[in-house]
Formats: sequence, C-alpha cells, structure tokens
Amino acid sequence: MPARVEAIGGVNRRPVRQRLLWTVAGFGTLALAACLLAPLVGSTRISLAAVFDRSIPYGENIDAQIFFVARLPRVLAAALVGSALALAGVVFQALLRNPLASPDTLGVSAGAALGAMMAITFGLDFSLLGISAVPLASFAGSMGALAIVYGLSTARRRGTSAVVLLLGGVTVHALLSAVIAFVQYLADFTQTFRNVRWLMGSLDVASYAPIVAALVPLFVAWAGFATLPRVLDLISVGSESAAARGVNIERTERVALVSASLATGAAVSLAGPVSFVGIIVPHLVRLIVGADHRLVLPASALFGGAFLIGCDLVARTIVAPLELPVGIVTAIIGGPVFLWLLFRRM
Amino acid sequence: MLAAADVSFAYARRGAPDHRVLDAVSLTVRRGSVVGLLGPNGSGKTTFLRILAGVLTPQSGQVTIDGRPIADMGRRELARRVAVVPQETHSAFDFSVMDMVLMGRYPHLGTFELEGPDDQAIARDALAATGTSALAARAFATLSGGEKQRVVIAGALAQASDALLLDEPTAALDLGYQLEITALLRRLNQERGTTMIVSTHDLNLAAALCEEVVLLKQGRVVAQGGTEATLTAEHVKLLYEVDADVQFHPLAGHLTVVPLARTR
Repeated sequence: MPARVEAIGGVNRRPVRQRLLWTVAGFGTLALAACLLAPLVGSTRISLAAVFDRSIPYGENIDAQIFFVARLPRVLAAALVGSALALAGVVFQALLRNPLASPDTLGVSAGAALGAMMAITFGLDFSLLGISAVPLASFAGSMGALAIVYGLSTARRRGTSAVVLLLGGVTVHALLSAVIAFVQYLADFTQTFRNVRWLMGSLDVASYAPIVAALVPLFVAWAGFATLPRVLDLISVGSESAAARGVNIERTERVALVSASLATGAAVSLAGPVSFVGIIVPHLVRLIVGADHRLVLPASALFGGAFLIGCDLVARTIVAPLELPVGIVTAIIGGPVFLWLLFRRM
Repeated sequence: MLAAADVSFAYARRGAPDHRVLDAVSLTVRRGSVVGLLGPNGSGKTTFLRILAGVLTPQSGQVTIDGRPIADMGRRELARRVAVVPQETHSAFDFSVMDMVLMGRYPHLGTFELEGPDDQAIARDALAATGTSALAARAFATLSGGEKQRVVIAGALAQASDALLLDEPTAALDLGYQLEITALLRRLNQERGTTMIVSTHDLNLAAALCEEVVLLKQGRVVAQGGTEATLTAEHVKLLYEVDADVQFHPLAGHLTVVPLARTR
C-alpha cells in the first residue's frame, strides 16, 4: 500500500473539539462563499455590493432581484442537493463498511428515477403545494425503494449485515433499472427526451417552493444524522465490537438507512440523479480531516454543498448561453477522481 | 466477580429444530484471574463470550457481575465493565491508532459529548501499558498483525475497568506475535490485575497464561479447574480426538501439549 498514509498528521493529535471547530469554520467559510459568490456569475453581471445596498429600495434594485429571484434558488438547490448526497454517501459507506458505496448503491435513486419516469411517461399532471408531479412521484419512488431495502434489513438476522444489505441493494437497483427500461420503452419521442434529460440530473430550479418542500424530508434526515457520527466510527471498525461497546446496532442501522435514504430521495427528486457527489466528496474530505465521522459528517455536508455549487457554475457557464445538466459535469470530474481513489488503494 | 449460572443458548432456525449451542454452562471468574476457554470448533466458545459481553441474551440462565445480573444493566453500563478483544480487527477507513483507542471511551461519553483531557489521559495510559505509545499517530491499517492486536487491547483497556473477553486473540498471528501477545496479556494481568477470559485453540497459550481452564464440548462443560490438573492428555483426547503428550516443560515453566496423532 504505497499510497497509504503511514502517519496521520500532527493535526490528529489535537483534541477532537479543536479539530471540529477548525473543520466547521474552514468548510463553513467555503460553503458560505460559494453561496454568495456563485449567484454573481451569469449572463448579466451584478455586484455583491449593489445586491446588499440598503439605500436602493428592493423594487428598484435590479442586482438584488437577479441575485435573489433568478440565481439564488438554483445555488441553494445545489447546496442542499450536494450536501444531502455527500451526507448520504458517508453514512452508506460506514454502514456497509465499504468505502466505495454511494447513495445509489441501495437502489434509492433508482426508485426515484422510476417514479420520475412513470410521471413523465404516463403524463401525470398534478401539483401539490406548488410542487409538480415529477418530483413528487420521484420522491415517492425513492421511498418505495427504501421500503424494500428496509424490509431486507429487518428480515435478516444474526449480523451478517453489510454483505446481505449490499447484495440486496444491488439486486433492488438492477430490478428497478429493468422496470425503468420497460417504462422508457412505452414512452413516445417527446417523453423519452424528457426522461433522458431528467436522468442527466440538472438544477433547473427557478423558485423557492421546491427547496422548501425538499427541506421537510431533509430536516428529518439531519435529525437522524446528528445522532450518528461516533456510532458510525465504531460500526465501521466492526459491528460485533461496536455492539460490545454499547452501540444499539439495530437501531443505529435503522436510523442510518432511513436518514440516508430520505436525504437521497429529497436530493434526487429536486435535481435528478446527480452522480458521484456522494462518493467523491466524502473521500476528499477524509483526505483532509481524517476518518473520524464527527468531523467527516459536518465537513461533507458543507463541502458537498460547495462542490455542487462549483460544478453547477461550470455547467451553466462553460457553453453559455446553453446550460449543461450538472450531472454531466459531476460525472466528467467525478469519474477520473473516482478511478484515482480506486487505484491508489491498491 | 463475573459469574455465569446455567447459561443455555440456541440459535433459532427456520423450518428446523433450534440449534442448541450452550447447555447449562456455569462459570465463576475471580477478580484478577485469567480463565481459558478451550474446546473444538463449534463447541460454543464464541457464543459464550458473546453472552458474557451482553451481545447475545441466553434463553435461560443468567450472567452476573459482582452479583448483579447483566440483563439489568444498560448496554453502556455493561460495556464500561467488560470489553471484548476480537480475533482480528479491520477498519474500513484510515483511523489513526489514537482514534482506535479513543473509541474505547464510547460507553463513558454522552451521545453528543466529545472526549476530554481525562479520556485522552486514559487512552495514553492504555497505549503505554501495551507498549504502543510510539504508534499513536500511525494509521491503524498500516500496522503489523501483532501491533494491531496490541492497539485493540489498548482500546479494550481504555474501555473497561473490570474484565477483558478475548476471542482467540492470537489465532491470526505468526509465532513471534503469538508469544508477544501472550507475554503482554500476562504482564497486564500481573501489573494491573486485569481479569481475562480467553478463548483459544492454542493449548500452549492456555497453559502459559491461564490459572484455570474450562473445557467445552458440544455446548457442555466437560471439565473445569486449575490448569495443571485439568489440562491432561485424557481431556485433550476427549475434546479433540487427538493423542497428545502433556508434560511440564522446565524451560517454559508451564505445561506443554505436543499433539501426536488423531485417534478414531
């Protein structure tokens, strides 16, 4: 293992409280800067000073209107989606004791895709509290997949956990993909085009309503994540020894599965399946802060948001005035990074 | 200090009678003693250790610590008194040695509580006791098998005040590390008075380390008592169906078991 770090830097010997403070301050600054600066970039140049200039009434402040109405929703959506996918990635990786697991591994995003494909193909046209049929159906699909995986996880006994869960998830994923192909086959040309576009993953969010809607499942997920960090450390070293240290394994697995799936479902219904964020961000974060989940979780949440804001900035500027789906950018950046991570482990 | 009374356990099986693994096993471990758990594969050693650690609950019988049933204790309370050392430990992520030892403090901390100076001091003390202080900043995954096992023992010392349960602690190690870990365990017992229950297939390790041994076969105790009186050629034959020569070895200072041939 030549590329493996022999010694983990001096930083690691500082008390965890101090490292947590630095981690949140550092990544928090990055995320905040991304949220404030990304909306300034676009076809019309605006200035941050003008946006927050109190002397101009909002009704006449064109810069502020572009910032808050046209661009900020999309940036905030990127922040939430990136953060949710990164958190879900961290949790799945620890739970499955597999550093290559991602939010897609257990089929939750395939479930979300199936929901969206069905809404598009069968022309479902309704809305609920300003949210249209496709994201609603997509979220419902992800919850259906979660129900299957959850059933699998409670049906098994005697702690053969990770492998069974992983195989079950991969199978659910394959099964749902087949159903997606079937639904796709039934679609006409226009619907197929929309389906394909949806599968590319894009942050075409132009109002705050979908963001507020996504916050509902995200709050539940965050509450679950908050209880997990130290327990994930212990479980990633071995669930048997974690149990002998007083961890309630069953409850932890349940909280982790449900929280990570809710976060994935919320993210995918908002932006489609944006790939690789859930796998690259946690790994980059671990390179910087180490393996301790009390640092990895908050850092991934903040860096995931900043990362996707950055990718979306590239997506909407690189071939302007066209806007690329952000999923293409994350995959083009993410693919090579993922391969690098894979081979440096060998 | 640690006692099991008539502990029976069976794994439930779908469409088949339950698989009985332990049948009325009783055991008393005095504070500061080292007890060996011997028996062939499938004799119930690991299941018994999991019951003592509170990971499994027996269908009948009970385990007590200082007279108090562990069934009445919370998970964390039990984990503060009894720690487990598994045969092998793999980490999915790059934790440092210090990270691994500090994880032993988990049952002593609240859900959102971070380790304080006291926990750091306890972890450093555990590293010193196992001779791993110099490794504190190393990545656990890069250590040798023997170093890893010493670090895991340090984590167990940082965790529990009363007893260590060791499940074949040397089975994955080469000869040199086997002797090193055996010597470490003996020293921890002598210097710190750590109570240990060690399951093992290595009869010479048991002879070197344990004052008492418990012989398990098919979930039943076939013999228990002082090591010198209990670890006999007859018992080795009964347990493993192996003819063995058991002699006191003057250089080793304990009994040695030389297996000769499979009977049958």
